[in-house]
Amino acid sequence: MRTLMGYIAGLLFGLGLAISGMTDPARVLGFLDIAGNWDPTLMFVLGGAVITTFIGYRLVFKRLEPLWGDAFQLPTRQDLDAKLLGGAALFGIGWGLSGYCPGPAIASIGGLTPPLFAMLIAMVLGWFAARRLSVS
Amino acid sequence: MDWTASLQGLIGGILIGLSATWLMATLGRIAGISGIVGNLVTQRPKGDSAWRVTFVLGLISGPLLLMALGGDLGNVVGRPGAVVGEPAGGVAMMLLAGLLVGVGTGLGSGCTSGHGVCGLARLSPRSLAATGVFLGCAIFTVYIVRHVLGGGA
Repeated sequence: MRTLMGYIAGLLFGLGLAISGMTDPARVLGFLDIAGNWDPTLMFVLGGAVITTFIGYRLVFKRLEPLWGDAFQLPTRQDLDAKLLGGAALFGIGWGLSGYCPGPAIASIGGLTPPLFAMLIAMVLGWFAARRLSVS
Repeated sequence: MDWTASLQGLIGGILIGLSATWLMATLGRIAGISGIVGNLVTQRPKGDSAWRVTFVLGLISGPLLLMALGGDLGNVVGRPGAVVGEPAGGVAMMLLAGLLVGVGTGLGSGCTSGHGVCGLARLSPRSLAATGVFLGCAIFTVYIVRHVLGGGA
């Protein structure tokens, strides 16, 4: 049952990314290019997603636990550190270069191209590198 | 302004919010792509991997479903009927970008979905700071690439 719930969540997410146009790097870069012909689409995507999640979480957290899990697994840290902010900065540069963040990059596999394949391989290598950096 | 594109953005955003709500309601997890997939590939957590695999399959099958349905359900710039857009650069550029995205989301514990959607919805100060930093850096990068260097993406 947990695997089915995971699939439904992924499917909704993938549909959302595709319908909103986030599977098109040109849409994303058009939003990030505030000095050019600005494309507001991503603002509507993020706004719609945050507001829906804000309301949804409030309804969900009225329960004490998830339907198929032991407990809600939420980050508890509140402090800002160099790892968080430095990581976010590196991610931002990569996002600005490509127009792909992890979700759209993976969701776009149905239209796989050599550059996207290269991006996905490098992203996975980057995750391994970050893990190694974090442990040591 | 292209109102159709904006409306599709809003509808897609609401679907992403429903996905995040669904995952929290059923499995009690944050719908952060870099966390879900990154932990899956680097650690293969025992007893905690199957839902991650099916989540990824769902994520990939969403756009495939739209392609199969046909019509004009996607929102690719200037290409009605397309669902997935073309990459903005070649293999070398994407290798660099992918490495930065992987290392950055790994160290920063999240990406646009984990920090930008779920974290902001939880009013998390760490996610708010991370989102501000990666948005700012991305905007700055695009400015340099497009308006200072004036080429490529």
